[in-house]
Amino acid sequence: MAETDVIYGINGPVVTVRNTRSFSMMEMVYVGKARLVGEIIGINDEYTTVQVYEETTGLMPGDPVVGSGAPMNVLLGPGILDNIFDGIERPLKAIEEESGSFISRGSAVSPLDLNRHWNVKIKVKVGDELKGGMIYATCPETAIIEHRFLVPPMLSGVVTSVQPSGKYRLRDTIVTIKDKKGTEHELTLCQEWPIRQARPSAQRLPATVPLITGQRVMDTMFPIAKGGTAAIPGGFGTGKTMNQHQLAKWCDADIIVYVGCGERGNEMSQVLEEFSELVDPKSGRPMTDRTVLIANTSNMPVAAREASIYTGLTLAEYYRDMGYHVAIMADSTSRWAEALREISGRLEEMPAEEGFPAYLPSRLSEFYERAGRVEALCGGEGSVTIIGAVSPQGSDFSEPVTQNTKRFTRCFWALDKSLAYARHYPAINWMDSYCEYFTDLDPWYREHVGEDFIKYRNKITTLLHEENQLMEIVKLIGADVLPDDQKLVIETAKAIRVGFLQQNAFHKDDTFVPLEKQKLMMKAILHLYNRSRSIIAKAIPISRIDELGLFERLAKMKYDIPNDKPEMFDDLIREIDEKLATIALN
Amino acid sequence: MILDYVGVKEINGSLIVLDGVKGASFEEMVDIRLENGSSRHGRIVQIDGERVVVQVFEGTKSISLDNTRTRLKCRPMELALSPEIMGRVFSGAGVPIDGFGEVYPEKRANINGTPMNPVSRIYPRNYINTGISTIDTLTTLIRGQKLPIFSGSGMKHNELAVQIVRQAKISDSDDNKFGIVFAAMGVKNDVADYFRRSFDESGVLSRVVMFLNLANDPIIERTLTPRCALTAAEYLAFECNMHVLVIMTDMTSYAEALREFSSSKGEIPGRKGYPGYLYSDLASLYERAGMVKGSSGSVTQIPILTMPNDDITHPVPDLTGYITEGQIVLDRALEGSGIYPPVSVLPSLSRLMKDGIGEGYTRSDHQALANQLFAAYARVQDARSLASVIGEEELSPVDKKYMQFGKLFEQYFVNQGYTENRTIEQSLDLGWKLLSTLPRTELDRVDDELLDEFYISDTDSISFDVFASDKSEENDTDD
Repeated sequence: MAETDVIYGINGPVVTVRNTRSFSMMEMVYVGKARLVGEIIGINDEYTTVQVYEETTGLMPGDPVVGSGAPMNVLLGPGILDNIFDGIERPLKAIEEESGSFISRGSAVSPLDLNRHWNVKIKVKVGDELKGGMIYATCPETAIIEHRFLVPPMLSGVVTSVQPSGKYRLRDTIVTIKDKKGTEHELTLCQEWPIRQARPSAQRLPATVPLITGQRVMDTMFPIAKGGTAAIPGGFGTGKTMNQHQLAKWCDADIIVYVGCGERGNEMSQVLEEFSELVDPKSGRPMTDRTVLIANTSNMPVAAREASIYTGLTLAEYYRDMGYHVAIMADSTSRWAEALREISGRLEEMPAEEGFPAYLPSRLSEFYERAGRVEALCGGEGSVTIIGAVSPQGSDFSEPVTQNTKRFTRCFWALDKSLAYARHYPAINWMDSYCEYFTDLDPWYREHVGEDFIKYRNKITTLLHEENQLMEIVKLIGADVLPDDQKLVIETAKAIRVGFLQQNAFHKDDTFVPLEKQKLMMKAILHLYNRSRSIIAKAIPISRIDELGLFERLAKMKYDIPNDKPEMFDDLIREIDEKLATIALN
Repeated sequence: MILDYVGVKEINGSLIVLDGVKGASFEEMVDIRLENGSSRHGRIVQIDGERVVVQVFEGTKSISLDNTRTRLKCRPMELALSPEIMGRVFSGAGVPIDGFGEVYPEKRANINGTPMNPVSRIYPRNYINTGISTIDTLTTLIRGQKLPIFSGSGMKHNELAVQIVRQAKISDSDDNKFGIVFAAMGVKNDVADYFRRSFDESGVLSRVVMFLNLANDPIIERTLTPRCALTAAEYLAFECNMHVLVIMTDMTSYAEALREFSSSKGEIPGRKGYPGYLYSDLASLYERAGMVKGSSGSVTQIPILTMPNDDITHPVPDLTGYITEGQIVLDRALEGSGIYPPVSVLPSLSRLMKDGIGEGYTRSDHQALANQLFAAYARVQDARSLASVIGEEELSPVDKKYMQFGKLFEQYFVNQGYTENRTIEQSLDLGWKLLSTLPRTELDRVDDELLDEFYISDTDSISFDVFASDKSEENDTDD
């Protein structure tokens, strides 16, 4: 590349270069004197179009545009966990040290700390044959996560030299291998991978293991599988972010990738603060030890927002390939779609629905299809579960992002404004939500929690549906005219809603509830329902049952019975029987 | 080398196109001098080689293809800043219009600002006591928060904003460190005057920086007004360590100005003709609220927006709600029944409230009380809609209780005088009194310990007279 390429035109984050043949699609470039990071997004005879990931104020025609020769990459290696990056993997903590509280442009900080020493344990010896994705060394990345160094997927060969186990820095060569053509490759502690390309795996496994979240309405009513996809759509104030936080804190994935994509800065600082204070229940270590945060807040450049989702996914896939279960929370995919729309508008592309580009559905499906439970190339089992929040414009679920997301996710946790207004959290509407994983997951539930669990769940679902139909009548003529057995359905459904579906994220016991307790809670509610029904059948009025205060008792059992004392449910059921017996006798 | 470019190639709305320009940089400022000696300001918004699109702040009236000389100023739009800006009045583009001359700058800052590093933010936890029951108890305002008021034309949002400013100021112990930045975008002259007068009356005028773009001022200037205001606010907060409250009214006019500008630029429109980047643009304003490490100041925003046709799903309130940390929604029906402030409790929300209330901040029962009030008031709505079908007489006894609770809640809790400043204890106790009019078994959001402490089982002892008498005095003085 003899002559330098220079800027021709500038329009917001889109920069054009004229009459050049030196770039390839999706290549990463450096724009201007400040070396702003950009990516090639369009090439034709005359113009090459660059989207720039930073503020373009002050750029001039004639400023240089320099190619990097490679597509938009992320650096993969130890040091990713317990870190916080922007949308293009720039370390925000290091940038803060360099440029203070406000992000200046063109900072060229390495994503991962190059000078830190890692305690590496070599797992291969000279003469070993290595294939792509195999583990050649390990090191403890944080106190609970072991980092496994993987041969880059496209590489294979015979080990020709090995350094002894010991302390190494990120760019130090620890193993060399010779491929079939006789070329030597040096393996260091890091590798690069293009963000828009899925990392390969040996084979996909069926989605038969649930991701346990400890959130009753999710685990029981609408469970998600490890390696599954879920969407949380909801208008503002319905608790999308709160749900994402709860999932990140409590779900049983090994590693959490949290992508704050075009959301609030204060929210990210809350995540940072909360996660570092929060102790992981399994290991007793801070949550941050197994968390990566990608923070591209809404006021950070829009092009980097578009990239942030892919950056997060690539990091997630990297850990999946080591044999970990990874859950990625994307908050919110609507902001990402809007970034697509914004850039598409700058490119003067023909808009489809509501100004979104016509390729919105294909981009969304590409994104969600990168989820999955797989057998990794190293032989272990790993998974990437994607949970994407959707912020529908005007809380209208018929808008394009929600509609297209619905097509590509198998779990749909619809958040409801009226539930949120009544402060019923999580505000997941049990009528609008759905889950396609039941048949895949039922065998697991049967084996690990028992056949009852599925039976109870089905009964509870039926009761809620019955209540929904009865409420139509109640709205017209009031509850008093209903016969007693229908009143009982309404009372029971209320107990289910208040006592079971509602969950208090700020209560120490209620914030995470094990499956066993979820089952017993359902059991208690259904026990009262069944016993009451037989009493009503004896023509004893339901008001007599109401007077016993049992339904109120059930509404508070989530607080009254600690998670580690399931035997207290026996007492509760005995209490129900005794109290009901008093009126049945008279 | 400073070059003048003679004439323009094209004029379109508030945009002019120059050709053959060399060395222009993106978002650079330009001076445009007309033949009659007057001068205007503009900013470069698009560059294609030597073709440059400039937005003219004062509008393109009387510009012709060849009566202008344009000069590039080699710097982006900057605002002159010094602590002396307190008490001054500026135009929407940051030019002093109070007749006291230019500000002697201690520094100049790009009005676009730079994004705050999420790592450097301090999570806001300090609550601001506004003395208004609905806000303090149910949608608590936190220092460093952005909490917009969603209103409609003709409602009392301005009065509410002034009341917040006045009462929040009083509760602040560190009085010297308090400042207000007021940005008026496309508001009526009377409204701007009302704010000025109210600031004067409450004795804070010397701590207010005003940026005024009135309804008849150029729309391009309007798109700069909030940026100038926030640049001033950031300077005062993060370099002068002050607690700054920014009031921006009316964001709907701002968004409309942006739409007008976008469509004259020929951009592809999104929803209701607003540009596709409206979200990012609004975010670049709202996200400038907050606190950072290394400074004791804060920027708290109260943007006011009027919802066209009272429609909360209109793009402007909708996108705003997705960016801000909650919202205070005003309701026309409440306003109609004479309740001030007409805060519609159910859709109102403060996202930062949960960490800024309770033990050590307000009172340990605050969160539970707020949850229960929300839940009970939501139940009131159900009872009301049922009553509208079958008549109030036919309601069940519990629903009747709720109907009564709803009435009392609106009359005594939501409703309060324009100068009535309630302490947080008063507001919370009032909340418990109201809840005590409901049967204890109905209060399922509160655990028994709190109920034992706060629930008043002796219903006869509940009276709301204290507040009622305050109110009558209030009205006397107000009239």
